[in-house]
Amino acid sequence: MASNLRVLFVDDEEELVSAVTERLELRGVTAVGCLSGREALERLARESFDVVVLDVKMPGLGGLDVVRMINQRHPGLKVVLLTGHSSLEDAQAGVELGAVAYLQKPVDLDALLAILRSSVGEG
Amino acid sequence: MGRSVGAGAEDLEPQISSGAARRLRRSVVLATATVAILPLLVTTTLNYTQYRAAIRAEAEQPIARITLNTKRSLELFLAERRSALMFIVNDRSFEELCSPAALARTIANMNRSLTVAAFVDLGIVDGTGEQLCYSGPYKLEGKNYRDQDWFAEVARRGTYTSDVFLGYRNVPHFVIASRHERADGGFYVLRATIDAELLSELVMPASLGSEDDVFLVNRQGVLQSPSRRYGPVLTSIPLPLPPYSAGVDVREMRDNRGETLFVGAAFIENSPFVLLFLKPAGEAMGRWLTLRNELIAFTVASAVLILAVILWGSGQFVKSLSEASRRRAALMHHIEYSNKLASLGRLAAGVAHEINNPLAIINEKAGLAKDLVSLEAEFPRREKFLDLIDSILRSVERCKTITHRLLGFARHMDVQNEPIDLGTLLKEVMGFLGKEAEYRNLTVNFDLSDTLPTIESDRGQLQQVFLNILNNAFAAVRDGGRIDIVAEPFGPDQVAVSIADDGVGIPPENLPRIFEPFFTTKQGTGTGLGLSITYGIVKKLGGDIQVESEVGRGTRFTVILPTRKRG
Repeated sequence: MASNLRVLFVDDEEELVSAVTERLELRGVTAVGCLSGREALERLARESFDVVVLDVKMPGLGGLDVVRMINQRHPGLKVVLLTGHSSLEDAQAGVELGAVAYLQKPVDLDALLAILRSSVGEG
Repeated sequence: MGRSVGAGAEDLEPQISSGAARRLRRSVVLATATVAILPLLVTTTLNYTQYRAAIRAEAEQPIARITLNTKRSLELFLAERRSALMFIVNDRSFEELCSPAALARTIANMNRSLTVAAFVDLGIVDGTGEQLCYSGPYKLEGKNYRDQDWFAEVARRGTYTSDVFLGYRNVPHFVIASRHERADGGFYVLRATIDAELLSELVMPASLGSEDDVFLVNRQGVLQSPSRRYGPVLTSIPLPLPPYSAGVDVREMRDNRGETLFVGAAFIENSPFVLLFLKPAGEAMGRWLTLRNELIAFTVASAVLILAVILWGSGQFVKSLSEASRRRAALMHHIEYSNKLASLGRLAAGVAHEINNPLAIINEKAGLAKDLVSLEAEFPRREKFLDLIDSILRSVERCKTITHRLLGFARHMDVQNEPIDLGTLLKEVMGFLGKEAEYRNLTVNFDLSDTLPTIESDRGQLQQVFLNILNNAFAAVRDGGRIDIVAEPFGPDQVAVSIADDGVGIPPENLPRIFEPFFTTKQGTGTGLGLSITYGIVKKLGGDIQVESEVGRGTRFTVILPTRKRG
């Protein structure tokens, strides 16, 4: 179960972030949580991650804005988008921006983990 | 059964009712017909009276001319004879005149000197009416004329022309007489007679139309010369005489045979005679009758043509107006319906989105709890806890299904193309009605072909189509009824989805109308738009929809869809 996968999980819901990161940690993944897009970008500037999971709808910087900035500052960094809403336009925009996947909440954690692993060529 | 208009639209009814359409058409026809036909009638009436007056004047003119000419020659004839008698009675003494030989000579001289030999005989009558001497072809010596009208008149007036009578000789004749005063205060009268036959020669013009008639009457309307129309001398004519005038009077009259005549009348001066010239109006106005018939025929034909065009045009006008208003009403209802759906969709999406976030938290918290319980080596009542957590996760899963379905339904308000697995879509739609099916104990049977291809179409619109048809099927079946849903390939590039129920069915007379907007059999509850919208969507998606039904046996709707959107 040992893995050096590093995941940054970004969502404005603190309760969700804490639960998901803890569950990912339990599965041997290094998971860091952020509560806003800005915080995530600051964290990314300081540390390196293999994959970022982004909520599309957040106050301040939205998920899609963050993806655009990541594309500029950290090209090649994998992104998975997560949303409570299922808008085809958003999904399309996300995929066009290079997001690996677009998932609708609530997601099964093991399914999410499988996608994260495959996005970096693991599993 | 029958038509009803969408519920809630009573206030703002944009459709033209059939009564309003009839009233509109009547007004259009009346207004147009009035402005088109009234001037035509006015023009025709003016033409009619003008033509008639002109032609009538033309017909009357020769009548007046002939009548006047004849009047003048007749007056001249009578005046000549009166003058001759007056000259003789005053020029000669009683003794010179009163012998048959002298009278015979006088007649001969007068007849020679006058233009027309007219006098038949000559006699002298004394103041008591006794004929003293006589020369002529009749044996009239010694006759007494005291009781004859002419004698009384000449005694009073001096000179007199009588009307025609038979007298002692029993031959129609008239008298011209002149009185001579004696020195002793008495008088005698020189009396000449003229055959009535001469009058007819005098009034007859050189040429007379075959239907024309010219004759003399006295003031009582008794013929003084024979008439073609009314018979021989001394017969009464059935025409009233016009009032006296010095000139010629031409007027239209109707005689006892019902024939309309132009009558020229002239009173002959110093005589009881009235000259009448008759011309049948039919002959005189023959040209007018032809013209009049042409005028009437033209007017009637024009009016009929105008009316036909107006009736046809107004029908077309009102029809297209009703059609336009019906379409507008349908469109407005469609828009209203779509807006309603869109609002509902937005609301559903908002709710679903808001619920999804806390749902995700519950999901992760429960997942974490499960992780922790699983990983803990020694956890009291582990199984019980895992059961509880799984139950929570299953409930989350159920909520998720609901919110995803809501989002999926709401998302597809716009036309989009995406690959669709019809089987899944049909089951999703059925999912909305699952509870009702369960409560009403309905059997819903799916028969999905294995070779059913994925089609390219609009998910939301298709959901609406099948939801509408299934709603109708649910409304048609009794509790415990059955609905069969069959999806199979149809030809090389189409699929067919049929939804059959065993419900009440649709009467044949309603079958052709069920896709019309506002047609509903759900009195009071239906808008009559469901199937119309369904039809519109299917057509928009490039498909077709068919319906078969039998009353009491059920109804089958078949939706045929292209596997790929055309165009």
